[in-house]
Amino acid sequence: MSEMASNDYLECLLKSWSTKPTESLSWLNQLRAQAIDRVGAQKLPTKRDEEWRFTDITPLTRLPYQPSQPKCHLQAHDIEHLYLNEAKNRLVFVDGHYSPQLSKIIDHSALVIGNLPAFSSTHASILESHLGQYTQFNHNVFAALNTAFLRDGALILIPKNIAIAEPIHLLFIATQNEVTSYPRCLLIGETGSNVTVVEDYVALQKATYITNSVTEISLAANAHAKHIRIQRESTQAFHLANCAVSLAHASNYQSVSISLGSQISRYNLDVRLTDEAAECVVDGLTLISDRQLADTHTCIDHLKPNGTSHQQHKCIVTDAAHAVFNGKIIVRPHAQRTNSSQSSRNLLLSKTAQVDTKPQLEIFADDVKCSHGATVGQLDQEEIFYLESRGLSEVAARNLLTYAFGAEIISRIPVTSLRQQLEQAVLNQTQSNQS
Amino acid sequence: MIYENSETILAVQGLRASISGTEILKGIDLTVKSGEIHAIMGLNGSGKSTFAKVLAGHSAYEVTGGSVQFEGRNLLELPPEERARAGLFLAFQYPIEIPGVANTQFLRLAYNTVQTQRGKEELDPLEFDDFVREKMKLLEMKPDFLDRSVNEGFSGGEKKRNEILQMALLEPKLSILDETDSGLDIDALKIVAHGVNQITNKNNATILVTHYQRLLDYIVPDFVHVMQAGRIVMTGGKELALKLETHGYDWVNANKHSIAGVIA
Repeated sequence: MSEMASNDYLECLLKSWSTKPTESLSWLNQLRAQAIDRVGAQKLPTKRDEEWRFTDITPLTRLPYQPSQPKCHLQAHDIEHLYLNEAKNRLVFVDGHYSPQLSKIIDHSALVIGNLPAFSSTHASILESHLGQYTQFNHNVFAALNTAFLRDGALILIPKNIAIAEPIHLLFIATQNEVTSYPRCLLIGETGSNVTVVEDYVALQKATYITNSVTEISLAANAHAKHIRIQRESTQAFHLANCAVSLAHASNYQSVSISLGSQISRYNLDVRLTDEAAECVVDGLTLISDRQLADTHTCIDHLKPNGTSHQQHKCIVTDAAHAVFNGKIIVRPHAQRTNSSQSSRNLLLSKTAQVDTKPQLEIFADDVKCSHGATVGQLDQEEIFYLESRGLSEVAARNLLTYAFGAEIISRIPVTSLRQQLEQAVLNQTQSNQS
Repeated sequence: MIYENSETILAVQGLRASISGTEILKGIDLTVKSGEIHAIMGLNGSGKSTFAKVLAGHSAYEVTGGSVQFEGRNLLELPPEERARAGLFLAFQYPIEIPGVANTQFLRLAYNTVQTQRGKEELDPLEFDDFVREKMKLLEMKPDFLDRSVNEGFSGGEKKRNEILQMALLEPKLSILDETDSGLDIDALKIVAHGVNQITNKNNATILVTHYQRLLDYIVPDFVHVMQAGRIVMTGGKELALKLETHGYDWVNANKHSIAGVIA
């Protein structure tokens, strides 16, 4: 891909920004203006960029899709099957635009939840101090684009010492063909709060579109958050996502991200343990087939002592699909007594399936406990034999082992109905691949 | 126990098998009748575990000669799952861990697969739960055992108990216990042995593959076979195990020609 093409692409996208947002908040407009500047100063990444060497996004550059327009024809019965029984609060965005009709907000009193613009005057200073402060768009053209087009978005603020028992469902539904949507989420957990958020990207039909999302999560001291991210876009879609997490003293972040959909997907997750004794558990599962490409880049950055991070990422790849995992762990010079583990396990179910996995440890402190490991392989013959010796056929044994490989990650999702949906998805995929 | 006129469950004749071109089993003869308990003893590398795996149908081994009849059927023709369904059970020396699958799911799947093949009713999760809990008492297993992933994070003793639990559930005609005693402390060994003794009866048979005599104090064999370099070189009653314990395997070399084949 030539650089000209890439700049044309970005310019073309930026022109569509002429439909100016209505709010008159100067700081927000400034943020957007900075982002636009940064889009102008950057190029689209190519395989020559180290961070993109396994993921060729050339097909994307042929699609200068305009931002989606808010035109939602969905009725509740169209999407009810996507609802989670356990979730009391649900925000629904259709092609990136907030749909108050499809959303359901119950806990007005306990927490702050809703569409970003609704809080621009009542919570201006909080928004200003968090929005755009964690996802760096200076060197990330997709985050810059998202910020340039920032308008609707999910805002969740859990006040001090409030625990929300039921999960909050953020449902992003794609309906339009050949558009780009720019979902945005901001989760702020104040001191001692606790919440579970499900960030869920779905498509109702096989459409070609681009999702460019940014999620920012800030946890204050002793705050806990469980973040479940499900990417089940159309298999013709492009999904480019950035998530940045900032952890204060002794806060606790647990995430499970599942990638099932998209023709090409890229998920960047950056977790910064900015103060002592912060903890994170970052798990992921990629399950892809046909010619799908799914790229997960994570960076867990230990800046202060006594932090803990545990990461397990798994990929199940069939047909001619291609999975990428790049997991960077940084332990800064003062981050003594950091305890970090990382495991990348990959299952290739066909001769043409491909995995590139790259654990990257950068350790600058001397008193740390860090372990990492990566495996790529087929199903283990001894495991198959064990199951056969208990009466299971070879096909049943392979299915069970493949299912189990994925189910280990899915089992960590603390929302029963979602777990069941995903277990079924894995079962369907494993059975269709091997029947 | 030896019964008169009991039916032959397993008849092995001249069995030879190789792995990656190396011959491990060099002509094994063994007949096991209903009600009997056989112990196969031998040093590491003598081929006793290979014999167990070949009987269960491990695909890494190539059978190069001989025959195996299992209740009158040609066992070697059957894939491993068919052997299991026909009533052959191998308790593994190193049971496999399956993270992501709850033990109860796995046990029920195995049980129902085998039951269906035998023309019997499957059990739904609730029925199975009652059934399996009853069997677990036999092995003094805690109920949380059912909810944990198959063998994941189990101690050596727990893994072996889980194998015997499967044996109890599947009610095999012939059980082969491959080094079931290894890694067990004496208390765990007693529990496992007690479980096996409850399962054995005059209609089934058991082959104990073991290195040490210790297990045979608790599961008393009718026959003891000594394996060396891929052959059974000596066969005797339960007293043979004690002799081995006292004199060591070197004693076998000095005496095998005089005693070998006495009973077999």
